[in-house]
Amino acid sequence: MPSASDEDELLWEAIAEPSRRRVLDLILAHSEATPTMLAAELPFTRQAVAKHLAVLTRAGLVEGRKQGREMRYSVRGDRLNVASQAMAHVAERWDVRLQAIKRIAEARAREAQPDPEPPDRGSVGK
Amino acid sequence: MIPDVIERDILIEAPVQTVWSVITEPAQIVKWFSDTAEVDVRPGGAGTLGFTDRATSQHATVRLVVEMVEVPHTFAFRWDHPEGAKPDESNSLRMEFKLIPEGAHTRLRVTESGFERFERPADEKCAYLDAHNKGWDAHLASLREYVAGQH
Repeated sequence: MPSASDEDELLWEAIAEPSRRRVLDLILAHSEATPTMLAAELPFTRQAVAKHLAVLTRAGLVEGRKQGREMRYSVRGDRLNVASQAMAHVAERWDVRLQAIKRIAEARAREAQPDPEPPDRGSVGK
Repeated sequence: MIPDVIERDILIEAPVQTVWSVITEPAQIVKWFSDTAEVDVRPGGAGTLGFTDRATSQHATVRLVVEMVEVPHTFAFRWDHPEGAKPDESNSLRMEFKLIPEGAHTRLRVTESGFERFERPADEKCAYLDAHNKGWDAHLASLREYVAGQH
């Protein structure tokens, strides 16, 4: 089983590329799609579609099952969720940073224009 | 689906000029963003942000190039492009800080965009992954925690 860091690298690699996101979106739209269907609807060669599917499969974002002569691919919701959560984490990180900016800027504003009764005397005249 | 743009804002009880100095002065940047910071705050100016992963002590340096400076309202830069490359839509993320006065206070809006535009030819895959992972180190740390939590 790949380690967590191998896994998230695969996940990022898979979702970072726009053409792969299009493949993923299209499979989502169809619930299930064959490489032939995907190649017909996308401006990529059959070979390029196969490569994208291989990367998405390795990242666990899609899974294929054989039906007749072709593989049919569907999106694994649980993994897509992990990818979405990862982006949510980036957003959360910004919330934390913005809070820090707010704290620093407000402390500086108070220093520049001290209240008649500063709530925290320790921070005045730093 | 996964968004291409992350946008966040916050109301700060400080004048725009104060907020401007907190987001553009390296001595202030290290208090809320990176562990080290160097930045030439003018269009085309270069900079670096250093991040140290506390768990692994691994150090990552992310390059940035300033794109827009409108004192004290807009500060934008591109970052995370490969070494030696000129940052553009295909190889970097764009950060923008907007400072909007609200009375004596400031609304600070931050937008990070370009997640969808990371595109490299397949033959650059290794170099791409390398740069990508280095640049994303800080973000990946939280992704790792998340993924680890799934097992």
